[in-house]
Amino acid sequence: MKITVPELSLVILIGPSGSGKSTFARTHFKATEVLSSDVCRGLVSDDENDQSATPDAFAVLNFIAAKRLAAGRLTVIDATNVQPEDRKRLLTLAKQYHCLATTIVFNLPEKLCHERNRERSDRQFGPHVVRNQILHLRRSLRLLKSEGFHHIYVLSSPEQVAEVEIEREPLWSNLKSEHGPFDLIGDIHGCFVEVRALLQQLGYTLSIQEQDEPRYQLTHPEGRKVIFLGDLVDRGPATPEVLRLVMDTVAAGTALCVPGNHDIKLLRKLKGKDVTLKYGIVESLEQLAQEPVSFTKRVIAFLDSLTSHYVLDNGALVVAHAGLLESMHGRGSRAVREFCLYGETTGETDEFGLPVRYNWASDYRGRAMVVYGHTPIPQPTWLNNTINIDTGCVFGGHLTALRYPEKQLVAVPAQRVYADPIRPLAVNSEPATLTAQQQHDDILDVADVTGKMLVNTRLRQQITIREENSIAALEVMSRFATNPKWLIYLPPTMSPSETSQAPGLLEYPEEAFAYYRAEGIKQVICEVKHMGSRAVVIVCRDEQAAQRRFGVIGEGIGICYTRTGRRFFDDLELEKVLLQRVHAALDATNFWERLQTDWVCLDCELLPWSVKAQSLVLKQYAAVGAASRVSLDQAVSALTQASQQGIDVTEVLQTYQQHQTLAQRYVEAYRQYCWPVASVDDLKLAPFHLLATEGQVHIDKDHHWHMETLAEICRADERLLLATPYLTVEVDDPASVRNGIEWWQHVTSHGGEGMVVKPLDFIANGKHGILQPAVKCRGAEYLRIIYGPEYDVPENLTRLRWRKLSAKRSLALREFALGIEALERFVQREPLRRVHECVFGVLALESEPVDPRL
Amino acid sequence: MLLTISTTHQPATDLGYLLHKNPTHLQTFSLNFGRAHVFYPEATVERCTAALLLDVDTIQMVRGKGKAISLDQYVNDRPYVASSFLSVAMAEVFSSALNGRCAQRPTLVTTALPLQAQLAAIPCRKGEDWLRRLFEPLGYHVEVVQHALDEKHPEWGQSPYFTVTLSAERRLSELLTHLYVLIPVLDNSKHYWIGDDEVDKLLRRGQGWLEKHPERVQIAFAYLHHKRTLVNDALERLIAEEVGVEEAEVEAEAEVLPTTEVEESTETVEIGAVPEIAMEKKLPNLHEQRLQAALEVLKEHGAKRVLDLGCGEGRLLKMLLQEKSFEHILGLDVSYKALEIAQKRLHLDRLPPRQRERITLIHGALTYRDKRLEGYDGAAVVEVIEHLDQSRLSAFARVLFEFAHPETVVITTPNAEYNVKYETLHAGTFRHQDHRFEWTREQFQSWAQQIARQFGYTVSFVPIGPEDAGVGAPSQMGIFARSSAIKEENA
Repeated sequence: MKITVPELSLVILIGPSGSGKSTFARTHFKATEVLSSDVCRGLVSDDENDQSATPDAFAVLNFIAAKRLAAGRLTVIDATNVQPEDRKRLLTLAKQYHCLATTIVFNLPEKLCHERNRERSDRQFGPHVVRNQILHLRRSLRLLKSEGFHHIYVLSSPEQVAEVEIEREPLWSNLKSEHGPFDLIGDIHGCFVEVRALLQQLGYTLSIQEQDEPRYQLTHPEGRKVIFLGDLVDRGPATPEVLRLVMDTVAAGTALCVPGNHDIKLLRKLKGKDVTLKYGIVESLEQLAQEPVSFTKRVIAFLDSLTSHYVLDNGALVVAHAGLLESMHGRGSRAVREFCLYGETTGETDEFGLPVRYNWASDYRGRAMVVYGHTPIPQPTWLNNTINIDTGCVFGGHLTALRYPEKQLVAVPAQRVYADPIRPLAVNSEPATLTAQQQHDDILDVADVTGKMLVNTRLRQQITIREENSIAALEVMSRFATNPKWLIYLPPTMSPSETSQAPGLLEYPEEAFAYYRAEGIKQVICEVKHMGSRAVVIVCRDEQAAQRRFGVIGEGIGICYTRTGRRFFDDLELEKVLLQRVHAALDATNFWERLQTDWVCLDCELLPWSVKAQSLVLKQYAAVGAASRVSLDQAVSALTQASQQGIDVTEVLQTYQQHQTLAQRYVEAYRQYCWPVASVDDLKLAPFHLLATEGQVHIDKDHHWHMETLAEICRADERLLLATPYLTVEVDDPASVRNGIEWWQHVTSHGGEGMVVKPLDFIANGKHGILQPAVKCRGAEYLRIIYGPEYDVPENLTRLRWRKLSAKRSLALREFALGIEALERFVQREPLRRVHECVFGVLALESEPVDPRL
Repeated sequence: MLLTISTTHQPATDLGYLLHKNPTHLQTFSLNFGRAHVFYPEATVERCTAALLLDVDTIQMVRGKGKAISLDQYVNDRPYVASSFLSVAMAEVFSSALNGRCAQRPTLVTTALPLQAQLAAIPCRKGEDWLRRLFEPLGYHVEVVQHALDEKHPEWGQSPYFTVTLSAERRLSELLTHLYVLIPVLDNSKHYWIGDDEVDKLLRRGQGWLEKHPERVQIAFAYLHHKRTLVNDALERLIAEEVGVEEAEVEAEAEVLPTTEVEESTETVEIGAVPEIAMEKKLPNLHEQRLQAALEVLKEHGAKRVLDLGCGEGRLLKMLLQEKSFEHILGLDVSYKALEIAQKRLHLDRLPPRQRERITLIHGALTYRDKRLEGYDGAAVVEVIEHLDQSRLSAFARVLFEFAHPETVVITTPNAEYNVKYETLHAGTFRHQDHRFEWTREQFQSWAQQIARQFGYTVSFVPIGPEDAGVGAPSQMGIFARSSAIKEENA
């Protein structure tokens, strides 16, 4: 006997004790798919036969079953289930998770059950127990259909049981193997002329094939397929013709169709059910009356055969007439079908007597794109990866198609107004300043950034953000960060090169080159490391572009923010002038046209250091300088005095004179990074990555492209913009390496902080995956600011060399992957929460404890 | 770090006996955080100067086994300034002198001598006045030189470092004891954990002078580095005889001290930071009044389930808990640390189950939508909005009024007009460092009215604190009532 089980269903076994359910389940299902009441009894009471533990055992069983069904996993219940109330509980569960319920009944001879129970030492109950169970089972048999089981199989003999073969059947909605490309068409409502024009515009050839009766034939040179989103009928002038088109193309396999509420209502009417003759059905009935009866029969059969929704392209696309909650994707239940037809309503009605719709899409979090229709709207807009493309053709609007996977909208205007909408098409007639997605993105949900977070990135798979770090990030983000709509990127931390063993040095270029050489990289680029503060600069072509692309209103043409997402300048006027200057430089170099964009995101260093780090400079660096000067001067003077008295203090005096010299060098080191800023002309902005523009994250270009493109912009305003000097080094060529080292020596001996060494390609892979995108190699004098004035005294250096880079490197890679992911998601116009989780992740990772001097 | 002690007592070289250190040699002592050298830059019969030079090994402090708690940076002032390291060094190197023992010159120990002590560099962020208030009551003539942060950058102003010279006729042990206690007080950043024995040390060293010192409360507080319980302990024992009026005073002062510092023994006080509450302390219990006012409004409006948004360390929560009419109370704050303190203060782990169920503390931020805030009928937002950037207020308003949507909302915020009444507050500055704005009554009211219109609320305003005819009250409160809620009441 072949038993067909839907691939996602709750399989409920019914049978008395000793009927062989457990053996059967073991034979035909995975051990993890079977939930046994006996096992659960054992789990809670250490005794599988302890009947007093039954309520707790079922609580456990139900809990696990619920989790499995929520996750979309077939689940088998191995319990007697002979009482209707036992089954009811399970059926409710199936319904709650929109799964079909299947039952397999073990209606076996009583004698057999007794025999089997006798063989088992742990089953001490009397024969009356089994007799009762069988009595209940037999009474149940005729109830099962009405209880709501989708499939019912009754096994009446051990032979039958032995012959069973289980076949798992995919759900009708499962078309994951269909990958498209598709053209999805919204509510047609009998507008044949328009649908024909739209198909033509989409590149289809529509012809009529004369067989027994004329049949529509649809072909596309690229083999595209049409998906009709339902509401084919009612209101419009040519419902039968539209039906014919859809039926023929679906039958030919060149189209798919999901039903709309109007289609189903018409079906009910055609099947003789009583329906309200309103909302355009009268037109359909009149038009169908002109057709032969055989046509109506065909329509009934067709509409009856439609599946509520489809899950396509490996689950990346879901289509349903009125949209679908994620928890219902690929599920089959009455509730799913109802949702597909009518969407979600609040239970209230509006002033036009229509149900008030709840916008389910605003809570949608799923990865699948959901395309739907049902509610006429003036213009389709994306919201959380969902889109409604019903643009009210029958009401004189447009008939719209969405091309998948291109996400491109194609529309044709209605020839005329065929029907008057009950509710005016655009109740909010004033043009929205922001798109639905942008309005939705005004507010992020704390649930998306709370607790342990897992963020999937293209570059480095899944990145885990631990709860303590997300707690810290939430505080920083909400107290200090700017409007999250601007935060499309946060820069990663950078690791230094491996520690040098060369005398007097902690960092030296050779180790940076060696790192990339060992990973098989040939060419690296050395860029001067500016000693300022990291700044991310976003500039839009105008304020409208800022509104259009970033969804911000009245926030100017851009922003300059720090590595923690905080506005760089407290002085907004200064920021404005700075952005205008960058804007002018972009204008002057024809940037917008060349990159076909109206915005840009730049990764920069902003100098002087003291402009952002003023309080740090004062509180820490200058203060230590002042303390050292006062204290060491007096110490040396006291020692000198003692020495003049003939006391032998030579060694201590020398030590203190050295302290004095090093402290002075430390003061000189920090001083050169500080200068007063009175206006924008005292600032220097050094862009070094041209991160992203419209449609592109420029990580596919090498660093030469970044350096040269940016240098050109910098030349347009050399007072403010600082082109970064750079040098390419062939790491396998000793002369080139020597050249690189000399270059570093030159840079650092002229006040430079040091250099950053990057593989020439923005994203470089080594032997074990993605490499550090950059390592820094800092100058010896600069390091005094980091490790203290006397770090390079040999005994100190020996101790300082013992530093570990692995934590910093791992952090740098994770932050890099998250930063790039944020940009890519933004460029792909994903909802803000998807971008935000990445930048939030960078901020959270920054709160991991890592040696701050690295 | 250099400390010199000079005397003009005749013969001045007796100082060598008192200190147990021979004036003709340099002596070096090894300490667990570095080395100490003792030598005499001058040693004549007329005048003798002993120098204690401390060489602190910062790298060892960060990396070594004896890892010091407050020093997590290589770049710090510890090697150069007088700090608790100096006190420890004095106790080790000059222990006999500190304890008033000298076998060879026993009478000198008990004799007041003309002494002069010079600290080459000591940090004192509270300024010269504080230095004088510490030493002058003890009878010292105090000379002070404050040093610039960087002579090349005069615009940066003064550093917190002073060279201090103290002169007085004193027993040497007295001078050393005063320095021993007061150096860490000035420096305000101890290098080791504070434990119970710190209290004993303070009491022992402070005997006979500290209890009479006019700044004893602040000295104890700073010496014990802001550990409130230790402070109370010490103060109680210090002034055991004077319990009564004094205790009330101490309590009041302790309350005034910034509470967030309780756990943060490593944090240095920011330059120019004025604790918010301290600024307003002249107005007794203004904060109490605000909290009471918010609570009364919620009660009057019949709120049963209430939110305290930005609950901080839980002062309002505590008051709400005591009010039986509130069935459930949810406190939200963005600072996890504040929530931890609130949890402790409210003794959540010790509340009986029924009481415990009445209160929930959650970590969250008011610029993010939070479903946990839905289903409440009252919300108090006391002195919170001014901590948000103005550009983020629209998000805050939606989170609270659109999504959380309680029937009653109470928002309080400072009245900027009143700031002129605070003498210590410079014009154009805010009452607290973290305030992003402070609004006049008109600014607050126009914002509140716009919010009320936008989200369907009505709003009324109430001043909090003593009202001035011209500038109003120090704080202002907006009471928002959901319009539909009003209709329901009328129906």
